[in-house]
Amino acid sequence: MQLNEKLFKEVTAILIPFVPPGQQITAETDMIADLGLDSLKVMKIVETVEDSFDISIPLNILPEVRTVGDFAVQIQKITGEGR
Amino acid sequence: MTIFDKFQPLAEARQQIEQNASDFLNVVMEEIISGTEATVNGRRTILAGSNNYLGLSFNSDCIDAACQAAREEGTGTTGSRMANGTFSGHVALEKELAEYFGRQSAIVFSTGYIANLAMLSTLVGPGEVILLDADCHASIYDGCRLGGAEIIRFRHNDAADLEKRLGRLENRNTHVLVVAEGLYSMLGDRAPLADIVAVKQKYGAYLMVDEAHSLGVLGENGRGLAEEAGVEEGVDFVVGTFSKSLGAIGGFCVSNHPELDLVRYASRPYVFTASSSPSIIASTRRALQILSTKPELRHRLWDNANKLYRTLQDLGFTLGPEVSPIIAARFENMQEALAFWSGLLERGVYVNMVLPPATPDGRCLLRCSVSAAHTPEQMEKICQAFTDVNDGK
Repeated sequence: MQLNEKLFKEVTAILIPFVPPGQQITAETDMIADLGLDSLKVMKIVETVEDSFDISIPLNILPEVRTVGDFAVQIQKITGEGR
Repeated sequence: MTIFDKFQPLAEARQQIEQNASDFLNVVMEEIISGTEATVNGRRTILAGSNNYLGLSFNSDCIDAACQAAREEGTGTTGSRMANGTFSGHVALEKELAEYFGRQSAIVFSTGYIANLAMLSTLVGPGEVILLDADCHASIYDGCRLGGAEIIRFRHNDAADLEKRLGRLENRNTHVLVVAEGLYSMLGDRAPLADIVAVKQKYGAYLMVDEAHSLGVLGENGRGLAEEAGVEEGVDFVVGTFSKSLGAIGGFCVSNHPELDLVRYASRPYVFTASSSPSIIASTRRALQILSTKPELRHRLWDNANKLYRTLQDLGFTLGPEVSPIIAARFENMQEALAFWSGLLERGVYVNMVLPPATPDGRCLLRCSVSAAHTPEQMEKICQAFTDVNDGK
């Protein structure tokens, strides 16, 4: 699936308060290894994304998410499906 | 590289904990003195962290019933409910639970964990949706995962957030099961059940409430939050455990849906587990009679809960949002929490300590739970121990 640049930027903006200052974020950035996110932060991020995009993100998709790009693609799929 | 490499972070965390509180991971109840006291490290210790809310684990009638059943029926059933493991006691307990809750039918499971695993993995499957409160117990999360349904969290105790999410699912034309708890095990707060019932009815969803910590604790007859909130009709499935107010081990589900019985044939955690031993069933049946006929136990429990909550509040602790038999003091710092926990143990008081990520907001909790069996003197000692450790005495 082609990554929507506008959506990716919106996701990145949501991540910034949860990562160390100055941290570079690309589509290949690993959410755990590179950004050091723990499970509590991940769930906070999920809630923020849900509010921002007016969607519900099933927990089932999280094991498939490794990078920020993976996360953005999953959000794109959900918004496309109109959940 | 070994298969155990992935546990290295746990080893490091354990080392850190042991440096601060060497006893924490090695607590052994060396001698059980009563439902509220044991010997720990050779010291007589008041238990203020068990879930023995009504103190029935040491009730003499329950013990007699268990002993008699063991003598007459043996120590175990050695079989599944679906094979040779359904004894007359299992059937009788199911009938009594259904009657007590005023429901058509009941299923008894071997543990409370299995009750959630069995119900959630079977009731809701692929293509269907579970909406669960974010602070639900691990057994609820695990049951959801096992079944293959789509799992969505709603914000803890936020019926408006639940409604928003139900609204998003409206066009999906699928079944939705909402899951909440009566009393949440970490902070002891109640679910806003009347609001949740109103929302689930508006959207035609089903509702399961886990009354593990609220059975025997809430409601005029002890049936839990659904009774207290006056919304029992709106709750499709009540699950619960025998390991708290009933003083034994086991789990159950009651419902007015006549199809509940079919779950037995489809639920792997029900089919592939040995059934509860006769002694457990016998003591639970007796405990259920006591729970339903002795409201004074509940009153004593709440007196004790009020006393400890007010004391800790006056000492300046940050507690859960409301009084309940679960009283959790929050600590920002793990070292501070471990030191406080050790200080209490040295003064002969055991409480549970819960560390992140098992806590709702990433902070450490000293989680106390009181019992109807705590005497006024024991309650004084618990409160004094908190005061002394807090004052650095």
